[in-house]
Amino acid sequence: MLDSLSTRLQSIFDRLGGRGRLSEDNIQEALREIRVALLEADVNFKVVRGFVDRVREKAVGQDVLKSLTPAQQVVKVVHDELVELLGGSGHRLAMASHPPTVIMLMGLQGSGKTTTAAKLARMYGKQGQHPILAAADIYRPAAQEQLRTLGAQLSYPVVGEAGQTPLQICRAARDEAAARGLTPLILDTAGRLHIDETMLDELKAIKRDVAPHHVLLVVDAMTGQDAVTVADKFNQAVGIDAVILTKMDGDSRGGAALSVRHVTGRPIAFVGMGEKTDALEPFHPDRLASRILGMGDVLSLVEKAQQVVDQEQAQEMVRKLREDTFTLDDFRQQLQQLKQMGPLDQVLGMLPFGKMLKGAPAELQSEQADFARFDAIITSMTPGERHNPEVINGSRRQRIARGSGTSVQDVNRLLKQYAQLRKMMRQFKGMEGKLGKLKNLPGFPTLRG
Amino acid sequence: MKFFSGIGERLREGLKRSQEYLSTGLSTVLEADRPIDESLWEELEELLISADLGAAMAADFVNRGREEVMYGTVTRAEQLRPVLRRFLLDTLGAARPLKLDARPSVILMLGVNGSGKTTTAAKLAAGLKAEGRRVILAAADTFRAAAIEQLETWGQRIDVEVVRQAAGSDPAAVVFDALKSAMARGADVLVIDTAGRLHTKSNLMDELAKLKRVIERQVPGAPHEALMVLDAPTGQNGFAQAKMFHETIGLTGVALTKLDGTAKGGIVVRIVRELGLPVTLVGVGEKVDDLQAFDPARFVDALVPAS
Repeated sequence: MLDSLSTRLQSIFDRLGGRGRLSEDNIQEALREIRVALLEADVNFKVVRGFVDRVREKAVGQDVLKSLTPAQQVVKVVHDELVELLGGSGHRLAMASHPPTVIMLMGLQGSGKTTTAAKLARMYGKQGQHPILAAADIYRPAAQEQLRTLGAQLSYPVVGEAGQTPLQICRAARDEAAARGLTPLILDTAGRLHIDETMLDELKAIKRDVAPHHVLLVVDAMTGQDAVTVADKFNQAVGIDAVILTKMDGDSRGGAALSVRHVTGRPIAFVGMGEKTDALEPFHPDRLASRILGMGDVLSLVEKAQQVVDQEQAQEMVRKLREDTFTLDDFRQQLQQLKQMGPLDQVLGMLPFGKMLKGAPAELQSEQADFARFDAIITSMTPGERHNPEVINGSRRQRIARGSGTSVQDVNRLLKQYAQLRKMMRQFKGMEGKLGKLKNLPGFPTLRG
Repeated sequence: MKFFSGIGERLREGLKRSQEYLSTGLSTVLEADRPIDESLWEELEELLISADLGAAMAADFVNRGREEVMYGTVTRAEQLRPVLRRFLLDTLGAARPLKLDARPSVILMLGVNGSGKTTTAAKLAAGLKAEGRRVILAAADTFRAAAIEQLETWGQRIDVEVVRQAAGSDPAAVVFDALKSAMARGADVLVIDTAGRLHTKSNLMDELAKLKRVIERQVPGAPHEALMVLDAPTGQNGFAQAKMFHETIGLTGVALTKLDGTAKGGIVVRIVRELGLPVTLVGVGEKVDDLQAFDPARFVDALVPAS
């Protein structure tokens, strides 16, 4: 919907012409664009006002670096300023010297507290801890049931029965955690409005009595201008130690994070990236800055790829490339890795140029369907055929098509794509050295107009 | 006919805080003796942006205001108030009641995660039942943990039958069952609660399209309403949501929830204007009768009081 800020600034400076020094005059229009971009990203207007002023101060008088255009220079200033405002990355919740470490979650209705509680438990469980959950939302129908179900899936204990008060549940959970040596204890509280005094008192009482080491505000990344009011009220009433930003797997720009950070001064610890319990990631300010500015999320993609692609497998693949022994088995493996990275459109959405590709969703979807089909076709081949596809003649094609429930045309298409890929890879071989440089891609991509 | 006879006091109550905020801001911006200058336009624009109307809509209104000043139709700041009201009223258009003539009338509730679909579905069922209609609820959110139990608890509370299957089952099968059962029992309305899904997940959007096909096949002309549930704190992304859901299955309207906070829900103005989708329902609290038919006039009254 929106062009990236870089593109829009580029056109402004193209009109102005020339490069050299950034002046009050020639960045005026650019600042207006920046303002609109931030507002469209749901950054609160008051935060935007201060932000634009700071960017003006920093940008005016700067020499345009040789490697950049004036537009890129301004975007760089904006980007750097955003990163600084968003704070450091990799904020960790310190573990208490006497277990259990108690983490309390709070937030508006529907912000994603219960799901996040389960995600946190899983994350700490994976790190070798023994988490325990407290289902302290006694108001929303079946909220306790929801956490119990999630806890059971992950095999972590969940404390909290109907009939108990939230405070009783949290106390009981703390006692149980202490008795069984479980940590951290994650308190899932009911969603509440930031202006509901009675409900805020309940949180204060829990905080006083159970003394959580970390009080986390759970904020929906799609929140608009009101994020400042919500964060401010929760902070004043209860106090916030850190923030979790949820539903970042959508296409919201997540400007609310900047607003929340601005009013509370608290770090953003984690971001929720999906409905499954493993979809919790550490927060990276540079990536969110890029996202707010519509510059894609190259690093997240790279990291996602790294997680999915086994390093040894990758090296093996490189060796095969070098020796030109890339078989259909390897092809299938590659397809599977691509599949694991998530729906293709989501993966592409993280790239700066992914937006262009989004214009062709039908094609992307057919490609996704192809993955499954290709997988079936390759599975229907004999090991010999996979190793040496040249032997696949007409009758073998018919057999493979029947075996995989596809058509001969599908088999042909696969073989053709495989052949193309091999050809492409041979060409790549020559560029191997140059490809190494891609690793240095910074959060601020050097986009050329 | 309390439920659809217009908006109750609760919307006013719920919107009071928004009203206080925006109108306090407005009265200082639009003070009678204040000169109409650049700083006034700027403040007015920011006021509209703070209600989540979006930068483009806000700029648009300011431009209209400037034109009125240029033509001499507005000479004092306070005269901009009726201009703002008219702009919002024109944009929102007339109220549209829910289509409930068919039997059964099928209402599909959908939206992103956490927007309030289940609660809204239950409140809607309760409101329709209070009007004397026979209502059935379908628990087609088979994905989220305990979503079915949540709707069932509501069903018991409001005494409405809930058609369900086991967690993890095919939502299309639940919908199919529910439609059969609604027809067999001569229900007036079937309200279908679906799983929350982000509009960017194409596989989940396909699933929704499939649900719609199942409904169409079983009951010609259905779903009679496909309502996107949107919570008032949502910012500009609400537009992207509405657009994608509309493109995927064709929405008939928007249900705006959680208006009892401080958020203004201004994004619906943009949704109405750019997608032509009406707001049909508003949620102004957690109680069963806190769901109301949307009334544009009252909505604007609450946002920008006439004086």
